[in-house]
Amino acid sequence: MGPNEFVFLLVGLKWTVALSAIGFLGGGLAGLAVALARTSGVRMLERGTAGYIALFQGTPLLMQLFVVYYGLALAGLKLDAWAAVAIGFTLHASAYLGEIWRGSIAAVPRGQAEAALSLSLGYVPRMARVILPQALRISLPATVGFLVQLIKGTSLAAIVGFTELTRAGNIISNQIFQPLVVFAIVGALYFVLCWPLSLFGARLERQLAVSAR
Amino acid sequence: MNYRLNFTPVIEALPGLLSACLGTLVLALGGMALAIVIGIGGVLLRQSRIRQVRWLVMAFVELIRNTPFLVQIYFIYFALPLAGLRFDPTPAALIALGINGGAYAIEIIRGGVQSIARGQVEAGLALGLHRGLVFRLIVLKPALRAIFPSLTSQFVLLTLTTSVASAISAYELTSVAQRIESDSFRSFEVYGTVTLFYLAMSWLLMRLFALIQARYLSYPVR
Repeated sequence: MGPNEFVFLLVGLKWTVALSAIGFLGGGLAGLAVALARTSGVRMLERGTAGYIALFQGTPLLMQLFVVYYGLALAGLKLDAWAAVAIGFTLHASAYLGEIWRGSIAAVPRGQAEAALSLSLGYVPRMARVILPQALRISLPATVGFLVQLIKGTSLAAIVGFTELTRAGNIISNQIFQPLVVFAIVGALYFVLCWPLSLFGARLERQLAVSAR
Repeated sequence: MNYRLNFTPVIEALPGLLSACLGTLVLALGGMALAIVIGIGGVLLRQSRIRQVRWLVMAFVELIRNTPFLVQIYFIYFALPLAGLRFDPTPAALIALGINGGAYAIEIIRGGVQSIARGQVEAGLALGLHRGLVFRLIVLKPALRAIFPSLTSQFVLLTLTTSVASAISAYELTSVAQRIESDSFRSFEVYGTVTLFYLAMSWLLMRLFALIQARYLSYPVR
């Protein structure tokens, strides 16, 4: 394997990072909305978002990508693979992050919400100033853990035909007939991306466990 | 939107899709069994006196958990034959699922074993309980109780992961769906229906695990 092939893999890596970032940011924004709807106390919103989460957590990511990819085309939206895949990951991440953040909002001690209510704080300052900052801290280990899942999940975009790291590896491997070397390097690149995050998540978890004592 | 949904090809392919669901369940259950074996073996090896063995298990866990399943399955299916290890797609998928699930199972089971306080075992022995009984009642059952929820969600995730095995054309629901799609061009109808099949399967598995938990792992209520 020569330097040209390696550069091709690095370009694929760039798209993997870009896709992960878009999925995480888009999914984060939509996920916050899902988490807030899920804890709103409005029964219809809570039921609806519960169904949304169950749908995404009960079906494979690959199917979600297929359905979004072909479903958007049906709806008359002529999107390129890149946009469709980005939308797919955003929806997927919003359901998982929504559920993680619902859990952390629920984990903030009840007295905090009651205290904010007794100070006659409205919904927005109560959430933005009292509940969410505490929930954020609780959710951090799981959120980082999901980010690792999401980065690994972007490899499935390869099956839809999007050239990120895994598909780049596939292409190179078919060209130079050295799957052992190519997939070892592809795996190593993912590892370099994910391992520091995993270690960071584990450290956050330990810190949280210590401070909760 | 001037597209007409047409489910006829899906309905015609229904018998094939349903038996492909069985293929998915076989992969999932086989993968789970393999994962449990690797998980228990890994936890035992992690307690080894030889540092290199402990280190090797930890490296395995970190390596598998920080690389995508798709790359792992490609590695097993495309790269290992060069080393003289050649598998058919479905066995290759089974091995990949077992190895992937095993790495997660090691972490989960280790957590369960650690949750048992040493004093509990000593108390049981001091009360004159038989060693086997101490292991069954004081170690195994509470540990299983502690890890069952995370084991359940990990196994549901493993079931959904089987769909990735379509990348090497193992016999399961997604690859059969892809075949029907390329014959009929009814992409949305096929994949939409199959998505509902997956939803039903993961729901069934969750019910099954909840039943097992209620039947064997709940505290006796009188």
